[in-house]
Amino acid sequence: MQMTPTALASLAQEIRVSIIEMLTEAKSGHPGGSLSSVDLLTALWFSEMRGIETPAKIDDPNRDHFILSKGHGVPTLYAILAKKGFLPAEELKTLRRLDSRLQGHPDRQRLPIVESSTGSLGQGLSVAQGMAMGLKANRSKGRVYCLLGDGEVQEGQIWEAAMSAPKFALSNLCVILDQNGGQIDGPVSQVMPIEPVTDKWRAFGWHVIDIDGHDYKQILAAFAEARSLEEKGETKPVFIRARTVKGKGVSFMENKIEWHGVAPKADEARKAIDEIRGKSEV
Amino acid sequence: MSKATRQAFGETLAKLGETHPEIVVLDADLAKSTKSEIFGKKFPDRFFEMGIQEANMIGVAAGLSFTGKLPFLCSFGAFLTGRYDTIRLSVSYNHANVRLIGTHAGIGIGDDGHSQMGLEDVALMRALPHMGVFQPMDAKETELVMNHLVTEWKGPAYLRLTRQNLPDLLTNEIAWTPGKIHQIKPFTKGLNRDQKVVILGTGAGTAEAVSTWTQLQDQSGLDVSVSSVHCLKPFDEATALKLAKEAAWIVTVEDHSVIGGLGSCVADVLSTHGLGTKLIKIGVEDVFGESGEQPELYEKFGISAKRITSRLIETCR
Repeated sequence: MQMTPTALASLAQEIRVSIIEMLTEAKSGHPGGSLSSVDLLTALWFSEMRGIETPAKIDDPNRDHFILSKGHGVPTLYAILAKKGFLPAEELKTLRRLDSRLQGHPDRQRLPIVESSTGSLGQGLSVAQGMAMGLKANRSKGRVYCLLGDGEVQEGQIWEAAMSAPKFALSNLCVILDQNGGQIDGPVSQVMPIEPVTDKWRAFGWHVIDIDGHDYKQILAAFAEARSLEEKGETKPVFIRARTVKGKGVSFMENKIEWHGVAPKADEARKAIDEIRGKSEV
Repeated sequence: MSKATRQAFGETLAKLGETHPEIVVLDADLAKSTKSEIFGKKFPDRFFEMGIQEANMIGVAAGLSFTGKLPFLCSFGAFLTGRYDTIRLSVSYNHANVRLIGTHAGIGIGDDGHSQMGLEDVALMRALPHMGVFQPMDAKETELVMNHLVTEWKGPAYLRLTRQNLPDLLTNEIAWTPGKIHQIKPFTKGLNRDQKVVILGTGAGTAEAVSTWTQLQDQSGLDVSVSSVHCLKPFDEATALKLAKEAAWIVTVEDHSVIGGLGSCVADVLSTHGLGTKLIKIGVEDVFGESGEQPELYEKFGISAKRITSRLIETCR
Protein backbone atom coordinates (compact mmCIF):
# COMPACT_ATOMS: atom_id res chain seq x y z
CA MET A 1 0.00 0.00 0.00
CA GLN A 2 2.37 2.70 -1.25
CA MET A 3 1.58 6.17 0.07
CA THR A 4 2.83 9.57 -0.98
CA PRO A 5 5.07 11.69 1.25
CA THR A 6 2.26 14.24 1.55
CA ALA A 7 -0.25 11.66 2.72
CA LEU A 8 2.28 10.25 5.21
CA ALA A 9 3.09 13.72 6.56
CA SER A 10 -0.56 14.28 7.27
CA LEU A 11 -0.90 10.94 9.06
CA ALA A 12 2.28 11.63 11.05
CA GLN A 13 0.78 14.89 12.25
CA GLU A 14 -2.13 12.99 13.81
CA ILE A 15 0.20 10.36 15.29
CA ARG A 16 2.21 13.14 16.97
CA VAL A 17 -0.96 14.68 18.37
CA SER A 18 -2.01 11.26 19.72
CA ILE A 19 1.36 10.81 21.42
CA ILE A 20 1.13 14.18 23.18
CA GLU A 21 -2.46 13.49 24.26
CA MET A 22 -1.60 10.01 25.51
CA LEU A 23 1.42 11.10 27.54
CA THR A 24 -0.42 14.08 28.99
CA GLU A 25 -3.29 11.84 30.08
CA ALA A 26 -0.86 9.26 31.53
CA LYS A 27 1.22 12.00 33.21
CA SER A 28 4.38 10.02 32.36
CA GLY A 29 6.21 8.49 29.41
CA HIS A 30 8.90 9.33 26.89
CA PRO A 31 8.05 12.13 24.43
CA GLY A 32 11.55 12.72 23.00
CA GLY A 33 12.24 9.24 21.66
CA SER A 34 8.59 8.68 20.69
CA LEU A 35 8.46 11.80 18.51
CA SER A 36 11.83 11.12 16.84
CA SER A 37 10.55 7.80 15.47
CA VAL A 38 7.16 9.00 14.18
CA ASP A 39 8.12 9.60 10.55
CA LEU A 40 10.04 6.32 10.28
CA LEU A 41 7.27 4.24 11.80
CA THR A 42 4.45 6.02 9.96
CA ALA A 43 6.16 5.25 6.65
CA LEU A 44 6.90 1.69 7.75
CA TRP A 45 3.42 0.81 9.02
CA PHE A 46 1.29 2.71 6.50
CA SER A 47 3.34 2.33 3.33
CA GLU A 48 5.94 -0.43 3.56
CA MET A 49 4.91 -3.38 5.72
CA ARG A 50 2.74 -5.99 4.05
CA GLY A 51 0.02 -8.18 5.49
CA ILE A 52 -0.70 -5.79 8.37
CA GLU A 53 -3.04 -3.51 6.44
CA THR A 54 -6.01 -4.64 8.53
CA PRO A 55 -6.28 -6.60 11.77
CA ALA A 56 -8.10 -9.36 9.88
CA LYS A 57 -4.88 -10.39 8.12
CA ILE A 58 -2.87 -10.89 11.27
CA ASP A 59 -2.64 -14.69 10.94
CA ASP A 60 -1.25 -14.51 7.41
CA PRO A 61 1.99 -16.55 7.53
CA ASN A 62 3.49 -14.26 4.89
CA ARG A 63 2.87 -11.01 6.72
CA ASP A 64 5.66 -8.69 7.82
CA HIS A 65 6.63 -8.23 11.47
CA PHE A 66 7.87 -5.36 13.61
CA ILE A 67 9.75 -5.37 16.90
CA LEU A 68 10.24 -2.17 18.84
CA SER A 69 13.54 -2.80 20.56
CA LYS A 70 13.59 0.72 22.02
CA GLY A 71 10.54 -0.15 24.10
CA HIS A 72 10.20 3.27 25.74
CA GLY A 73 9.11 4.64 22.35
CA VAL A 74 5.93 2.55 22.46
CA PRO A 75 3.41 5.46 22.48
CA THR A 76 4.25 5.92 18.78
CA LEU A 77 3.38 2.30 18.09
CA TYR A 78 0.13 2.48 20.11
CA ALA A 79 -0.92 5.59 18.19
CA ILE A 80 -0.23 3.83 14.88
CA LEU A 81 -2.05 0.67 15.96
CA ALA A 82 -5.09 2.76 16.91
CA LYS A 83 -5.01 4.56 13.58
CA LYS A 84 -4.86 1.23 11.76
CA GLY A 85 -7.74 -0.27 13.73
CA PHE A 86 -5.75 -2.70 15.88
CA LEU A 87 -6.86 -0.76 18.98
CA PRO A 88 -9.92 1.37 19.70
CA ALA A 89 -8.79 5.03 19.72
CA GLU A 90 -10.48 5.41 23.10
CA GLU A 91 -8.10 2.83 24.58
CA LEU A 92 -5.13 5.16 24.08
CA LYS A 93 -6.31 7.01 27.19
CA THR A 94 -5.52 3.91 29.27
CA LEU A 95 -1.76 4.13 28.62
CA ARG A 96 0.17 3.13 31.77
CA ARG A 97 -3.06 2.59 33.74
CA LEU A 98 -3.75 -0.45 35.93
CA ASP A 99 -5.00 -3.44 33.89
CA SER A 100 -4.42 -1.66 30.56
CA ARG A 101 -3.10 -3.56 27.55
CA LEU A 102 -1.08 -0.42 26.88
CA GLN A 103 1.69 -1.02 29.36
CA GLY A 104 4.47 1.53 29.81
CA HIS A 105 6.66 -0.74 27.70
CA PRO A 106 5.50 -3.25 25.04
CA ASP A 107 3.84 -6.38 26.42
CA ARG A 108 3.35 -9.32 24.06
CA GLN A 109 1.17 -11.24 26.52
CA ARG A 110 -1.41 -8.48 26.81
CA LEU A 111 -1.13 -7.13 23.27
CA PRO A 112 0.29 -9.76 20.89
CA ILE A 113 0.61 -7.34 17.96
CA VAL A 114 3.63 -5.75 19.66
CA GLU A 115 5.41 -9.07 18.87
CA SER A 116 7.90 -9.00 21.75
CA SER A 117 7.97 -7.51 25.21
CA THR A 118 10.85 -5.06 25.38
CA GLY A 119 12.11 -2.26 27.57
CA SER A 120 15.31 -3.71 28.90
CA LEU A 121 17.41 -2.32 26.09
CA GLY A 122 19.43 -4.38 23.66
CA GLN A 123 17.15 -7.41 23.51
CA GLY A 124 14.71 -6.78 20.66
CA LEU A 125 17.19 -7.31 17.85
CA SER A 126 17.99 -10.85 18.97
CA VAL A 127 14.29 -11.70 19.03
CA ALA A 128 13.89 -10.11 15.58
CA GLN A 129 16.81 -12.20 14.35
CA GLY A 130 15.15 -15.36 15.68
CA MET A 131 11.88 -14.45 13.96
CA ALA A 132 13.73 -13.82 10.69
CA MET A 133 15.41 -17.22 11.01
CA GLY A 134 12.10 -18.93 11.77
CA LEU A 135 10.28 -17.23 8.87
CA LYS A 136 13.09 -18.25 6.54
CA ALA A 137 12.90 -21.84 7.77
CA ASN A 138 9.11 -21.75 7.27
CA ARG A 139 9.65 -20.43 3.72
CA SER A 140 7.54 -17.41 4.61
CA LYS A 141 7.74 -14.25 2.53
CA GLY A 142 7.42 -12.21 5.69
CA ARG A 143 10.06 -9.65 6.56
CA VAL A 144 11.11 -8.49 10.03
CA TYR A 145 11.72 -4.85 10.92
CA CYS A 146 13.36 -3.79 14.15
CA LEU A 147 13.71 -0.25 15.50
CA LEU A 148 16.72 0.48 17.71
CA GLY A 149 17.52 3.56 19.72
CA ASP A 150 21.01 5.02 19.46
CA GLY A 151 21.72 4.83 23.19
CA GLU A 152 20.60 1.22 22.96
CA VAL A 153 23.44 0.19 20.65
CA GLN A 154 25.78 0.67 23.60
CA GLU A 155 24.46 -2.70 24.82
CA GLY A 156 26.73 -5.70 24.22
CA GLN A 157 23.89 -7.95 23.11
CA ILE A 158 23.25 -5.67 20.12
CA TRP A 159 26.72 -6.47 18.83
CA GLU A 160 26.21 -10.18 19.35
CA ALA A 161 23.18 -9.96 17.06
CA ALA A 162 25.03 -7.64 14.68
CA MET A 163 27.68 -10.34 14.29
CA SER A 164 25.19 -13.19 14.17
CA ALA A 165 22.49 -12.10 11.68
CA PRO A 166 24.82 -11.90 8.64
CA LYS A 167 26.01 -15.47 9.33
CA PHE A 168 22.45 -16.68 8.76
CA ALA A 169 22.05 -14.62 5.57
CA LEU A 170 18.97 -12.81 6.90
CA SER A 171 18.11 -10.52 4.04
CA ASN A 172 14.54 -10.59 5.40
CA LEU A 173 15.75 -8.60 8.42
CA CYS A 174 15.84 -4.81 8.35
CA VAL A 175 17.14 -2.81 11.30
CA ILE A 176 16.34 0.88 11.61
CA LEU A 177 18.43 3.03 13.94
CA ASP A 178 16.53 6.03 15.28
CA GLN A 179 19.60 8.15 15.86
CA ASN A 180 18.22 11.10 17.78
CA GLY A 181 21.51 11.70 19.58
CA GLY A 182 20.16 11.80 23.11
CA GLN A 183 19.84 9.49 26.08
CA ILE A 184 18.83 9.98 29.70
CA ASP A 185 22.16 11.15 31.07
CA GLY A 186 23.00 13.42 28.13
CA PRO A 187 24.13 13.41 24.49
CA VAL A 188 25.02 9.93 23.20
CA SER A 189 28.34 11.36 21.99
CA GLN A 190 29.27 12.16 25.60
CA VAL A 191 27.59 9.39 27.57
CA MET A 192 29.16 6.64 25.43
CA PRO A 193 30.06 7.47 21.83
CA ILE A 194 28.78 5.02 19.19
CA GLU A 195 30.33 6.58 16.09
CA PRO A 196 31.33 5.71 13.46
CA VAL A 197 28.14 3.65 13.70
CA THR A 198 27.55 3.00 9.98
CA ASP A 199 31.15 1.83 9.53
CA LYS A 200 30.70 -0.55 12.41
CA TRP A 201 27.58 -2.20 10.97
CA ARG A 202 29.15 -2.33 7.51
CA ALA A 203 32.21 -4.04 9.01
CA PHE A 204 29.91 -6.58 10.70
CA GLY A 205 28.51 -7.56 7.28
CA TRP A 206 25.34 -5.50 6.92
CA HIS A 207 24.10 -3.57 3.89
CA VAL A 208 24.04 -0.04 5.26
CA ILE A 209 21.75 2.79 4.11
CA ASP A 210 22.14 6.28 5.54
CA ILE A 211 19.14 8.62 5.57
CA ASP A 212 17.46 11.65 7.10
CA GLY A 213 14.83 10.01 9.30
CA HIS A 214 12.31 12.81 8.75
CA ASP A 215 12.48 12.90 4.95
CA TYR A 216 9.75 10.64 3.56
CA LYS A 217 11.33 10.33 0.12
CA GLN A 218 14.54 9.03 1.69
CA ILE A 219 12.70 6.79 4.15
CA LEU A 220 10.55 5.17 1.46
CA ALA A 221 13.54 4.77 -0.86
CA ALA A 222 15.52 3.05 1.89
CA PHE A 223 12.69 0.58 2.62
CA ALA A 224 12.28 -0.11 -1.11
CA GLU A 225 16.01 -0.71 -1.47
CA ALA A 226 16.00 -3.11 1.51
CA ARG A 227 13.12 -5.12 0.05
CA SER A 228 14.57 -5.17 -3.45
CA LEU A 229 17.88 -6.51 -2.15
CA GLU A 230 16.09 -9.54 -0.73
CA GLU A 231 14.12 -9.99 -3.95
CA LYS A 232 17.39 -9.89 -5.92
CA GLY A 233 18.81 -12.69 -3.79
CA GLU A 234 21.21 -10.52 -1.77
CA THR A 235 21.99 -12.27 1.53
CA LYS A 236 23.01 -9.38 3.76
CA PRO A 237 20.62 -8.03 6.37
CA VAL A 238 19.96 -4.29 6.05
CA PHE A 239 20.84 -1.55 8.51
CA ILE A 240 19.22 1.84 7.98
CA ARG A 241 20.84 4.62 9.93
CA ALA A 242 18.19 7.31 10.27
CA ARG A 243 19.40 10.66 11.56
CA THR A 244 16.55 12.07 13.62
CA VAL A 245 15.69 14.88 16.00
CA LYS A 246 14.68 14.01 19.53
CA GLY A 247 11.26 15.53 20.22
CA LYS A 248 10.72 16.22 16.49
CA GLY A 249 7.69 18.38 15.70
CA VAL A 250 7.45 20.21 19.02
CA SER A 251 10.03 22.99 19.01
CA PHE A 252 10.34 23.34 22.79
CA MET A 253 11.07 19.61 23.06
CA GLU A 254 13.46 19.29 20.13
CA ASN A 255 16.95 18.18 21.12
CA LYS A 256 16.17 18.81 24.79
CA ILE A 257 17.39 15.89 26.90
CA GLU A 258 15.04 16.93 29.71
CA TRP A 259 12.13 15.81 27.49
CA HIS A 260 13.46 12.24 27.30
CA GLY A 261 11.16 10.88 29.97
CA VAL A 262 8.82 13.62 31.17
CA ALA A 263 5.20 14.07 30.09
CA PRO A 264 3.89 17.52 29.12
CA LYS A 265 1.47 19.32 31.42
CA ALA A 266 -1.92 20.43 30.04
CA ASP A 267 -0.79 23.88 28.91
CA GLU A 268 2.40 22.50 27.37
CA ALA A 269 0.34 19.85 25.59
CA ARG A 270 -1.97 22.51 24.10
CA LYS A 271 1.02 24.46 22.87
CA ALA A 272 2.61 21.31 21.42
CA ILE A 273 -0.57 20.21 19.64
CA ASP A 274 -1.13 23.66 18.17
CA GLU A 275 2.37 23.62 16.80
CA ILE A 276 2.03 20.12 15.36
CA ARG A 277 -1.19 21.17 13.65
CA GLY A 278 0.59 24.20 12.21
CA LYS A 279 -1.08 26.83 14.38
CA SER A 280 1.99 27.87 16.37
CA GLU A 281 2.87 30.88 14.22
CA VAL A 282 -0.61 32.36 14.60
CA MET B 1 24.61 -49.05 33.94
CA SER B 2 25.40 -45.42 34.35
CA LYS B 3 25.17 -42.43 32.05
CA ALA B 4 25.45 -38.66 32.28
CA THR B 5 22.05 -36.98 32.08
CA ARG B 6 23.47 -34.67 29.36
CA GLN B 7 24.16 -37.78 27.25
CA ALA B 8 20.63 -39.10 27.82
CA PHE B 9 19.30 -35.67 26.90
CA GLY B 10 21.26 -35.55 23.62
CA GLU B 11 20.12 -39.02 22.59
CA THR B 12 16.48 -38.37 23.52
CA LEU B 13 16.46 -35.01 21.74
CA ALA B 14 17.74 -36.59 18.50
CA LYS B 15 15.05 -39.27 18.79
CA LEU B 16 12.27 -36.75 19.47
CA GLY B 17 13.47 -34.76 16.47
CA GLU B 18 12.18 -37.52 14.19
CA THR B 19 8.56 -37.10 15.22
CA HIS B 20 8.61 -33.42 16.15
CA PRO B 21 9.63 -31.32 13.15
CA GLU B 22 9.01 -28.15 15.19
CA ILE B 23 12.10 -28.85 17.34
CA VAL B 24 15.13 -26.71 16.54
CA VAL B 25 18.35 -26.69 18.54
CA LEU B 26 20.76 -23.87 19.31
CA ASP B 27 24.13 -24.12 20.96
CA ALA B 28 26.78 -21.58 21.95
CA ASP B 29 29.98 -23.41 20.96
CA LEU B 30 29.50 -26.23 23.45
CA ALA B 31 27.59 -28.74 21.32
CA LYS B 32 30.12 -31.47 22.01
CA SER B 33 29.80 -30.94 25.74
CA THR B 34 26.04 -30.37 25.99
CA LYS B 35 25.50 -33.32 23.59
CA SER B 36 23.28 -31.24 21.36
CA GLU B 37 25.65 -32.24 18.54
CA ILE B 38 23.86 -35.62 18.34
CA PHE B 39 20.80 -33.73 17.11
CA GLY B 40 22.96 -31.40 15.01
CA LYS B 41 24.52 -34.25 13.06
CA LYS B 42 21.16 -35.88 12.43
CA PHE B 43 19.25 -32.69 11.55
CA PRO B 44 21.80 -30.13 10.34
CA ASP B 45 19.08 -27.85 8.91
CA ARG B 46 17.42 -27.58 12.31
CA PHE B 47 20.60 -26.98 14.29
CA PHE B 48 21.95 -23.45 14.73
CA GLU B 49 25.50 -22.92 15.93
CA MET B 50 25.26 -19.52 17.62
CA GLY B 51 28.87 -19.04 18.67
CA ILE B 52 29.92 -17.82 22.10
CA GLN B 53 26.93 -15.48 22.43
CA GLU B 54 24.59 -16.82 25.07
CA ALA B 55 22.47 -13.67 25.39
CA ASN B 56 21.84 -13.42 21.66
CA MET B 57 21.09 -17.15 21.53
CA ILE B 58 18.42 -16.72 24.21
CA GLY B 59 16.72 -13.87 22.34
CA VAL B 60 16.95 -15.70 19.02
CA ALA B 61 15.29 -18.74 20.59
CA ALA B 62 12.41 -16.57 21.78
CA GLY B 63 12.01 -15.19 18.25
CA LEU B 64 12.08 -18.69 16.75
CA SER B 65 9.36 -19.80 19.14
CA PHE B 66 7.14 -16.97 17.87
CA THR B 67 7.27 -18.52 14.41
CA GLY B 68 6.03 -21.89 15.66
CA LYS B 69 9.34 -23.59 16.43
CA LEU B 70 10.16 -25.39 19.68
CA PRO B 71 13.74 -24.26 20.38
CA PHE B 72 16.12 -26.09 22.70
CA LEU B 73 19.01 -23.79 23.57
CA CYS B 74 21.99 -25.38 25.19
CA SER B 75 25.00 -24.27 27.18
CA PHE B 76 26.51 -24.77 30.60
CA GLY B 77 23.96 -23.82 33.25
CA ALA B 78 26.33 -21.24 34.73
CA PHE B 79 26.71 -19.40 31.42
CA LEU B 80 23.09 -19.62 30.35
CA THR B 81 21.50 -18.44 33.58
CA GLY B 82 24.19 -15.77 33.88
CA ARG B 83 22.33 -13.96 31.06
CA TYR B 84 19.48 -13.47 33.48
CA ASP B 85 17.90 -10.28 32.21
CA THR B 86 17.57 -11.68 28.69
CA ILE B 87 15.93 -14.85 30.01
CA ARG B 88 13.73 -12.73 32.25
CA LEU B 89 12.32 -10.42 29.59
CA SER B 90 12.71 -12.07 26.18
CA VAL B 91 11.79 -15.56 27.40
CA SER B 92 9.88 -15.51 30.70
CA TYR B 93 7.93 -12.30 30.38
CA ASN B 94 7.14 -13.15 26.75
CA HIS B 95 6.00 -16.60 27.89
CA ALA B 96 8.15 -17.89 25.02
CA ASN B 97 7.83 -21.61 24.41
CA VAL B 98 11.52 -22.43 24.70
CA ARG B 99 13.58 -25.03 26.55
CA LEU B 100 16.73 -23.79 28.25
CA ILE B 101 19.19 -26.63 28.73
CA GLY B 102 21.85 -26.03 31.38
CA THR B 103 24.43 -28.79 31.55
CA HIS B 104 27.48 -29.10 33.82
CA ALA B 105 25.44 -28.73 36.97
CA GLY B 106 27.21 -28.23 40.25
CA ILE B 107 30.61 -29.12 41.65
CA GLY B 108 30.14 -32.58 40.09
CA ILE B 109 31.79 -31.33 36.89
CA GLY B 110 35.14 -31.68 38.66
CA ASP B 111 38.44 -30.23 37.60
CA ASP B 112 37.28 -27.38 35.33
CA GLY B 113 36.50 -25.62 38.56
CA HIS B 114 34.56 -22.65 39.88
CA SER B 115 33.63 -20.60 36.81
CA GLN B 116 32.10 -23.56 34.93
CA MET B 117 29.96 -24.87 37.81
CA GLY B 118 26.28 -23.97 37.74
CA LEU B 119 25.54 -23.60 41.45
CA GLU B 120 22.83 -20.92 41.65
CA ASP B 121 21.00 -21.70 38.42
CA VAL B 122 18.01 -23.40 40.02
CA ALA B 123 17.56 -20.49 42.44
CA LEU B 124 17.67 -18.00 39.59
CA MET B 125 15.28 -19.89 37.33
CA ARG B 126 12.81 -20.68 40.11
CA ALA B 127 12.42 -16.98 40.78
CA LEU B 128 11.09 -16.30 37.27
CA PRO B 129 7.32 -16.36 36.68
CA HIS B 130 6.18 -18.91 34.03
CA MET B 131 9.48 -20.82 34.22
CA GLY B 132 9.39 -24.57 34.88
CA VAL B 133 12.51 -26.04 36.47
CA PHE B 134 13.42 -29.70 35.98
CA GLN B 135 16.33 -31.85 37.14
CA PRO B 136 16.33 -35.61 36.48
CA MET B 137 18.29 -38.09 38.59
CA ASP B 138 19.31 -40.56 35.88
CA ALA B 139 19.14 -41.39 32.17
CA LYS B 140 15.63 -42.86 32.25
CA GLU B 141 14.19 -39.95 34.18
CA THR B 142 15.85 -37.59 31.70
CA GLU B 143 14.05 -39.35 28.87
CA LEU B 144 10.71 -39.11 30.69
CA VAL B 145 11.21 -35.42 31.49
CA MET B 146 12.18 -34.72 27.87
CA ASN B 147 9.01 -36.39 26.62
CA HIS B 148 7.01 -34.24 29.01
CA LEU B 149 8.81 -31.08 27.87
CA VAL B 150 8.13 -31.81 24.20
CA THR B 151 4.61 -33.20 24.30
CA GLU B 152 2.93 -31.48 27.26
CA TRP B 153 4.77 -28.49 28.73
CA LYS B 154 3.85 -25.03 27.38
CA GLY B 155 5.92 -21.92 27.98
CA PRO B 156 9.51 -21.65 29.14
CA ALA B 157 11.34 -24.38 31.04
CA TYR B 158 14.84 -24.92 32.39
CA LEU B 159 16.38 -28.41 32.38
CA ARG B 160 19.47 -28.98 34.55
CA LEU B 161 21.83 -31.80 33.59
CA THR B 162 25.05 -33.37 34.78
CA ARG B 163 28.43 -33.76 33.18
CA GLN B 164 29.24 -36.88 35.20
CA ASN B 165 27.70 -40.31 34.86
CA LEU B 166 24.88 -41.19 37.24
CA PRO B 167 23.70 -44.72 38.08
CA ASP B 168 20.35 -46.02 36.86
CA LEU B 169 17.92 -45.53 39.72
CA LEU B 170 14.43 -45.48 38.23
CA THR B 171 12.95 -48.96 38.34
CA ASN B 172 9.22 -48.36 38.60
CA GLU B 173 8.56 -46.34 35.47
CA ILE B 174 4.82 -47.09 35.51
CA ALA B 175 4.37 -45.20 38.79
CA TRP B 176 6.32 -42.16 37.58
CA THR B 177 4.23 -39.07 36.89
CA PRO B 178 5.51 -35.82 35.36
CA GLY B 179 5.97 -33.14 38.00
CA LYS B 180 5.45 -35.51 40.93
CA ILE B 181 7.91 -36.62 43.60
CA HIS B 182 8.73 -40.28 42.97
CA GLN B 183 9.72 -42.70 45.73
CA ILE B 184 12.63 -45.00 44.88
CA LYS B 185 13.57 -46.47 48.28
CA PRO B 186 10.95 -47.22 50.96
CA PHE B 187 11.17 -47.33 54.75
CA THR B 188 12.27 -50.85 55.68
CA LYS B 189 12.25 -51.10 59.46
CA GLY B 190 8.75 -50.22 60.60
CA LEU B 191 10.03 -47.76 63.22
CA ASN B 192 8.02 -44.87 64.72
CA ARG B 193 7.79 -41.43 63.15
CA ASP B 194 10.42 -40.00 65.50
CA GLN B 195 12.97 -42.41 64.06
CA LYS B 196 12.01 -41.87 60.44
CA VAL B 197 14.03 -39.82 57.97
CA VAL B 198 12.76 -38.88 54.50
CA ILE B 199 15.51 -38.06 52.02
CA LEU B 200 14.63 -36.07 48.91
CA GLY B 201 17.23 -36.01 46.17
CA THR B 202 17.38 -34.13 42.91
CA GLY B 203 19.80 -34.60 40.02
CA ALA B 204 23.15 -36.02 41.12
CA GLY B 205 22.01 -35.67 44.74
CA THR B 206 19.64 -38.60 44.37
CA ALA B 207 22.43 -41.14 43.77
CA GLU B 208 24.15 -39.94 46.96
CA ALA B 209 20.82 -40.21 48.77
CA VAL B 210 20.38 -43.82 47.61
CA SER B 211 23.91 -44.75 48.73
CA THR B 212 23.16 -43.12 52.07
CA TRP B 213 19.99 -45.22 52.33
CA THR B 214 22.04 -48.38 51.68
CA GLN B 215 24.68 -47.45 54.28
CA LEU B 216 22.00 -46.74 56.88
CA GLN B 217 20.29 -50.12 56.47
CA ASP B 218 22.64 -51.65 59.08
CA GLN B 219 22.34 -48.68 61.40
CA SER B 220 19.86 -49.17 64.22
CA GLY B 221 17.44 -46.45 65.25
CA LEU B 222 16.96 -44.84 61.82
CA ASP B 223 14.41 -45.79 59.20
CA VAL B 224 15.00 -44.04 55.90
CA SER B 225 13.16 -43.59 52.59
CA VAL B 226 14.39 -41.87 49.41
CA SER B 227 12.39 -40.01 46.79
CA SER B 228 13.48 -38.19 43.65
CA VAL B 229 12.37 -34.66 42.86
CA HIS B 230 12.72 -34.12 39.12
CA CYS B 231 10.54 -31.00 39.07
CA LEU B 232 11.59 -28.07 41.26
CA LYS B 233 8.95 -25.78 39.83
CA PRO B 234 6.05 -26.15 39.94
CA PHE B 235 7.01 -27.95 43.14
CA ASP B 236 4.95 -30.98 44.18
CA GLU B 237 3.89 -29.54 47.54
CA ALA B 238 1.21 -32.14 48.19
CA THR B 239 3.61 -35.08 48.11
CA ALA B 240 6.30 -33.16 50.00
CA LEU B 241 3.74 -32.40 52.71
CA LYS B 242 2.61 -36.01 52.88
CA LEU B 243 6.22 -37.22 53.19
CA ALA B 244 7.04 -34.60 55.83
CA LYS B 245 4.15 -35.82 57.97
CA GLU B 246 5.57 -39.37 57.94
CA ALA B 247 8.93 -38.51 59.45
CA ALA B 248 10.76 -36.59 62.16
CA TRP B 249 13.39 -35.41 59.69
CA ILE B 250 13.36 -34.41 56.08
CA VAL B 251 16.70 -34.20 54.29
CA THR B 252 17.30 -32.62 50.89
CA VAL B 253 20.33 -33.55 48.79
CA GLU B 254 21.43 -31.50 45.80
CA ASP B 255 24.58 -30.45 44.00
CA HIS B 256 23.51 -26.79 44.14
CA SER B 257 23.68 -23.93 46.59
CA VAL B 258 21.60 -24.53 49.71
CA ILE B 259 20.03 -21.15 48.90
CA GLY B 260 17.11 -21.33 46.50
CA GLY B 261 17.23 -24.97 45.45
CA LEU B 262 15.38 -28.10 46.55
CA GLY B 263 16.11 -27.36 50.22
CA SER B 264 14.37 -24.02 49.92
CA CYS B 265 11.37 -25.58 48.11
CA VAL B 266 10.91 -27.94 51.07
CA ALA B 267 11.55 -25.22 53.68
CA ASP B 268 8.73 -23.18 52.14
CA VAL B 269 6.31 -26.09 52.47
CA LEU B 270 7.33 -26.96 56.04
CA SER B 271 7.13 -23.42 57.34
CA THR B 272 3.90 -22.59 55.51
CA HIS B 273 2.17 -25.58 57.06
CA GLY B 274 3.82 -25.22 60.48
CA LEU B 275 4.95 -28.82 60.58
CA GLY B 276 7.37 -29.84 63.30
CA THR B 277 9.41 -31.93 60.87
CA LYS B 278 13.04 -30.80 61.03
CA LEU B 279 14.90 -30.01 57.83
CA ILE B 280 18.52 -30.72 56.89
CA LYS B 281 19.62 -29.07 53.67
CA ILE B 282 22.54 -30.92 52.11
CA GLY B 283 24.15 -28.90 49.33
CA VAL B 284 26.88 -26.40 48.62
CA GLU B 285 26.97 -24.11 51.66
CA ASP B 286 26.91 -20.63 50.10
CA VAL B 287 30.41 -20.88 48.67
CA PHE B 288 31.84 -21.22 45.17
CA GLY B 289 33.29 -24.47 43.85
CA GLU B 290 36.86 -25.38 43.01
CA SER B 291 38.91 -27.84 40.96
CA GLY B 292 39.24 -31.50 41.89
CA GLU B 293 37.81 -34.93 41.12
CA GLN B 294 34.06 -35.23 41.57
CA PRO B 295 34.21 -37.82 44.43
CA GLU B 296 36.75 -35.79 46.39
CA LEU B 297 34.75 -32.59 45.84
CA TYR B 298 31.56 -34.26 47.10
CA GLU B 299 33.54 -35.43 50.11
CA LYS B 300 35.01 -31.98 50.79
CA PHE B 301 31.73 -30.10 50.31
CA GLY B 302 29.72 -32.56 52.38
CA ILE B 303 27.45 -34.02 49.72
CA SER B 304 29.01 -37.48 49.42
CA ALA B 305 26.98 -40.43 50.74
CA LYS B 306 29.69 -40.98 53.35
CA ARG B 307 29.46 -37.43 54.69
CA ILE B 308 25.64 -37.45 54.55
CA THR B 309 25.49 -40.78 56.41
CA SER B 310 27.72 -39.52 59.25
CA ARG B 311 25.75 -36.28 59.47
CA LEU B 312 22.45 -38.13 59.74
CA ILE B 313 23.79 -40.53 62.38
CA GLU B 314 25.10 -37.58 64.40
CA THR B 315 22.03 -35.41 64.00
CA CYS B 316 18.97 -37.62 63.68
CA ARG B 317 19.57 -40.46 66.07
